[in-house]
Amino acid sequence: MANLTLVQAINLALVQEMERDDRIILLGEDVGLNGGVFRVTEGLHKRFGGHRVVDSPLAESGIIGTAIGLAMAGLRPIPEIQFEGFLGPAYDQLCSHAARMRTRTRGAFTVPMTVRVPVGGGIHAPELHSDSPEAIYAHQPGMKVVMPASPYDAKGLLLSAIRDPDPVIFFEPKRIYRAFREEVPEDEYTIPIGKARVVCEGDELTMISWGASVIQCMQAIEKSGRSVELIDLRTIYPFDMEAVAASVSKTGRAVVVHEAPRTCGFGAEIATRIMEECFLSLEAPVQRVTGFDTIMPYYKLELEYLPETERIGLAVEETLAY
Amino acid sequence: MTKTIPTISSTSIRSHGGARASRSLPAGVPPDTIVKWFRDMLLIREFEVRTMQAYQEKKIGGFCHVYIGQEAVAVGCTAAIRPDDPMITAYRDHGHALARGMSSRHCMAEMFGKIGGCAKGKGGSMHMFDRANNLFGGHGIVGAQTAVGTGLAFATKYEDEVINGGRSDRVTLCFLGDGALNQGVLHEAMNLAGLFDLPVIFVVENNGYSMGTAIERGTTMAHDLSVKAAAYGFDAIEVDGMDLIAVYEDMKAFCDSCRAASRPGFVDMKTYRYKGHSMSDPRKYRTREEEEHFESGDPIGKLRDVLLSAGVLDEAAVAAMQKEVRAEVKDALQWSEESPAPGIDELYHDVYVERWGPYTGTSLPEMLREEKR
Ligand SMILES: Cc1ncc(C[n+]2csc(CCOP(=O)(O)OP(=O)(O)O)c2C)c(N)n1
Ligand SMILES: [Mg+2]
Repeated sequence: MANLTLVQAINLALVQEMERDDRIILLGEDVGLNGGVFRVTEGLHKRFGGHRVVDSPLAESGIIGTAIGLAMAGLRPIPEIQFEGFLGPAYDQLCSHAARMRTRTRGAFTVPMTVRVPVGGGIHAPELHSDSPEAIYAHQPGMKVVMPASPYDAKGLLLSAIRDPDPVIFFEPKRIYRAFREEVPEDEYTIPIGKARVVCEGDELTMISWGASVIQCMQAIEKSGRSVELIDLRTIYPFDMEAVAASVSKTGRAVVVHEAPRTCGFGAEIATRIMEECFLSLEAPVQRVTGFDTIMPYYKLELEYLPETERIGLAVEETLAY
Repeated sequence: MTKTIPTISSTSIRSHGGARASRSLPAGVPPDTIVKWFRDMLLIREFEVRTMQAYQEKKIGGFCHVYIGQEAVAVGCTAAIRPDDPMITAYRDHGHALARGMSSRHCMAEMFGKIGGCAKGKGGSMHMFDRANNLFGGHGIVGAQTAVGTGLAFATKYEDEVINGGRSDRVTLCFLGDGALNQGVLHEAMNLAGLFDLPVIFVVENNGYSMGTAIERGTTMAHDLSVKAAAYGFDAIEVDGMDLIAVYEDMKAFCDSCRAASRPGFVDMKTYRYKGHSMSDPRKYRTREEEEHFESGDPIGKLRDVLLSAGVLDEAAVAAMQKEVRAEVKDALQWSEESPAPGIDELYHDVYVERWGPYTGTSLPEMLREEKR
């Protein structure tokens, strides 16, 4: 058991899984000799060689398309895209091909690839380096979308993603890459895709979040002094509605927190599902604390944009007072 | 215009640079103009050195890519075109902004994230825009600007020929890094430009690396990039980007011919970035010897020597000019420091032109308001 950061936990998961399965290939811009922009793949090139840890040309569409081919032919590619904003050039390959291949071929071919992508704001970076596009990819049938909020979960979820027979986008919240450490077992363990984690129990209100915002939620809950149950979704799609429904049926109140813009953010889906499945338990309208419907601003306004403890706390008070 | 592709000898990628003497002063250019170019290069160098400092002092956030070593490219290319010719580039854009005439105050304030910046401090280092000087950015997605540049050339040609009923008379300079050579969008843009005879010149600022990837590790035919243009049927030249006079002369001739023929062009501009890719780059992928080789052929030093030996400037004049740009950048820093941060209402500005839903409309950056006055 070691005390690891999120970056280290992902690195460990990659090493262990690559040892176990030689069909795994990493590819991406500067993932090899340089160890990646966030140094997540540090040391892997040295350990596994250039044929398994491949420095690709600067070409996202090519990276993802190539990974699809590798996956369809039976390998387990793990492409890295340096920032979520650079998924744009690869969007066609992801959504027109990877996500649809199983359906298109009626199951004859599948795309077992895991696309690793740093995501979200909070590191003073500008637009396209701070965005939260998880809802866009969750909206694409055939795609799974995962986002850990802790080192322990990152390792377990990454193993599940790699072993999953369908394409998974594995979003890594860059704000907490090195923000804190956690005990992460050396031994193999997996965390199933589609299962949420109850971070803390409570009976007055349910708070639902994912990624780096989970940390802000924990702080807001502590400050509020109220009995709030915090659910870290961990998987955005398919998300754990069972866990959400069980909690909201108990508390009768819900607040969803995410960094992405509000309109059509994944919070909209969750709120709707709560309305559909927990209508009779609801004591108050579901509230959302989100980014704004504007482009992520440069760093002087970054913290105004992101859901911070104060805004979350306010939503808790309002929902409880309703 | 002939469609011959100049044959460029297969040289090894980093055989350029080093302490070669510069070409002599270009004929027909007033000495004052060349002195102005020299000052522009000095200004960019000083500006970038102070930018790095401000970044280390945490006055600049996010990502910051400095232009040190490449000054002759932006300055020489700007000199080779007209003010009404559009220009567009990627994120290593401070040099282009300054060379095109943006004030160092608005450029620096943008990086400080202050309201006085050219994009109201909401864009940062990668997002330099200057409407008055026909600089269309400043864009962060590698390669994306190449199709936009093609569209700019389409627009000038359309305006010149269709709306004004004359001849296509402007060229667009579209800068890209060597890393952008690998993006699909560049190839779509080049094909379209070749097909439609669009006067856009793709200037590859070939500094040998995209982040930690040496060009030959990421691009085929790295020793002869002209073949990429040949595939789309247009001319290519190779230019010594470490020599301002070479950049000016070669680009002037090339831009003139692309302008006259209303045809696209492609430039393998050999240059070098002295510093890391961004501020957090230990540069483990290259050697100190290599860096020294290029620093020994510094474009600023080369032009200074030419100006001194031609008697255009003396040591005292150079020193005075250095003092002057230092003062200018100091002023820019001070001004940026004092400029306020954008208020929270700025979150809602500039998303759509009209009031719509929660938005409170659009307000121009100070830079544009000043120009309007
Ligand atoms: C589509 C896309 N992919 C990746 C990046 C991250 N990135 C920023 S700069 C860069 C290297 C670009 O190198 P080059 O084009 O040679 O320009 P230089 O930095 O040398 O000026 C990379 C990979 C990006 N901004 N956009
Ligand atoms: Mg480069």
